[in-house]
Amino acid sequence: MKEKLKNFSFTSHFKIFALISALLVSVGIVGLILTACGVQNVFNFDIDFIGGTTMSFDLHQSVDKNTTDDVEALFREVTGTKPSSVITSGEQSVTVKSLELNDQQRLDVVDAMTEKYGLSNGDYQIDYVSASVSGDLARSAVIASVLAVVLILVYIAIRFEFKSGIAAICALVHDLLAMLSMYIIFRIPFNINFIAAALTILGYSINATIVVFDRVRENKRLDASAPFTQIVDTSIWQTMTRSLNTTITTLLVMVVLLILGVSSIKNFALPLCIGVVCGCYSSVCISGPVWNLLASKKHAKA
Amino acid sequence: MKKSVITLVIVVVIIAGLIFTAFNGIGSLIQPVTDGVVLGLDLVGGSEITYEAVIPDGTPEEEINSGMESAKTMLQQRLDALGYTEASAYLSNGNRIVVQIPAVDDPEKAVQDLGATAVVTFVDADGTEWLSGSDIADASFEYSATDYTGIATNHVKLTLTAEGQQKLYQATQAVVSRTDGNNTLSIKLDDDVISSPNVNEALNTTEVVITLGSNATAEDAKYLADIISAGKLPFTLTTAKVQTMGASLGEKSLSTSLMAGLIGLILVMIFMVVVYRFMGLVSCISLVTYTALLAVMLSVFHINLSLPGIAGIILTIGMAVDANVVIFERIKEELRLGKTLRYAVDSGYKRAFWAIFDSNITTLIAAVVLLIFGSGTILGFARTLLLGVVLSMLVMLILTKLLLKTALGLKINNRKLYCA
Repeated sequence: MKEKLKNFSFTSHFKIFALISALLVSVGIVGLILTACGVQNVFNFDIDFIGGTTMSFDLHQSVDKNTTDDVEALFREVTGTKPSSVITSGEQSVTVKSLELNDQQRLDVVDAMTEKYGLSNGDYQIDYVSASVSGDLARSAVIASVLAVVLILVYIAIRFEFKSGIAAICALVHDLLAMLSMYIIFRIPFNINFIAAALTILGYSINATIVVFDRVRENKRLDASAPFTQIVDTSIWQTMTRSLNTTITTLLVMVVLLILGVSSIKNFALPLCIGVVCGCYSSVCISGPVWNLLASKKHAKA
Repeated sequence: MKKSVITLVIVVVIIAGLIFTAFNGIGSLIQPVTDGVVLGLDLVGGSEITYEAVIPDGTPEEEINSGMESAKTMLQQRLDALGYTEASAYLSNGNRIVVQIPAVDDPEKAVQDLGATAVVTFVDADGTEWLSGSDIADASFEYSATDYTGIATNHVKLTLTAEGQQKLYQATQAVVSRTDGNNTLSIKLDDDVISSPNVNEALNTTEVVITLGSNATAEDAKYLADIISAGKLPFTLTTAKVQTMGASLGEKSLSTSLMAGLIGLILVMIFMVVVYRFMGLVSCISLVTYTALLAVMLSVFHINLSLPGIAGIILTIGMAVDANVVIFERIKEELRLGKTLRYAVDSGYKRAFWAIFDSNITTLIAAVVLLIFGSGTILGFARTLLLGVVLSMLVMLILTKLLLKTALGLKINNRKLYCA
């Protein structure tokens, strides 16, 4: 059975993988285009990105985790939406941050809080806040990432060959887009932690791809006359156990985080889990076959 | 055999030392990790400082908005420069800027560091103001010779805007043509005159140097340049409120994340031992060593740790485990070909080396680029990633190999233990 499985060729089934990947990334691409065109609700943007309302309440009693939980529950009940965060501020106050509320929702929250905690007029304050992720931060994130990717491409081109660099970048962009798709599909709050999650997946994806490519490089050196397609397939299978085991170990940490973490941590761990699985999939099914495809194009012309 | 025993003892002592250092620190040299690492706003909360801009009456709305935006950006830059990389700033209610800084020992000092601004003006002997803060495009500090003596000093260099250049030309022209002998143009910082050079000719330049005397340190010059830059703020900022705030990811985010990390790490170790048997056990030792070493280094470098930083650490732990997986798979392959244990370990390492090297170097490239060009939250990620990649590569390539070889020297050489 195992031997039979090992005859499976990733390069010759590339069309199937390409189709799966196209589906995976299409949601992300369409979402990006729509957002760029000004459609607002494609991503579940959080207060970090679009600003919102903060309400501070002086409760005249010491506050702890239970208080913030109570306030969060009250807020959800009254407004029908989830606050971005409920935190203690000072000894006796809580601050609720949320996306912008309308007048009615605001009044309702204040009324409910007043009733529950016996507040008087001066005990609360409502502010509008701007996005804390400024255009500058987002821009510097994008510029830094693009520059990093370009330099990685140069490095891979030097250590391997230019085409393999392109293939590695394909896998990387694939993983990031697939992750974006998941943000859209699962309505994961799109906040500042997205940047960290995306960068983590960027690193993981490159790492996974390079291990496969290293094997291709080695096998090519060992038997230069073998067809490249075969070399790629052999290499993918030779690194298969490693690809799976590494993915399992990484997932172990993230799944525990997903299960045990508080809700904001869950929102961070979920895209990471998805990204890691995508990274494994793309390093096995996409990067090698794409390199093969790019390499064979040249032979066809020559 | 004897050599292996000695090696093992040394290694065990080093590892124990690292773990001890991580928990207890070394005197005043290295703080224990619980003191040395500053946890981020998102995990443990911190201080919230609200600044209010004093906006002159009649300022058009557009000017207020763009001014507040640039004030916010400037505060963010200053937070980064002061090392509060996990801090954030946002606008609130039109004329307020809220700055949140993770667990600072002394919020009042942070307030001072952040809020200090200095408005530069150029005035003549009559007190007429010729140039002001808005005519300055940039202020930087330099160490070089500024006059005929050729002695290098620390000083501040101002770059003027085009308009500023014009004004300076007019000012110097006016000062030179004075006949009362007061041919000086003073540079004032707030109300203090910091230098009053004699003007001998009309100047048409964009660069003005503020000399600080021969005793000025680079830090003095940098501080001055920084506050002059901030002095370009269109409005004066007053501190409206300083208060503490809870962890923004939720009160229990830190404890549950640490617990999850610990459980995750234990599961990884169990997995490694089950799959790679004795080699897995060796990798567990390396992993614990790596974690302890990382903790010590985080403490030494006083790295601010928040969720992005933790993501960076998770990535490096993943890569550290991966390095071992790559090596062990290679060793297994060699053993399957019937090679001796000693040969398989050597050869497995040799063959796995370049894969590990290349993947770590690419990650290193990414980390350095992010560190140079990133800001705010990206810096937190890049710092731990950079540190983690370097340390993990060292530990995984050197320690795991050393331990395996020592084990072979100690006659732990049942091939079954090595998954053959």
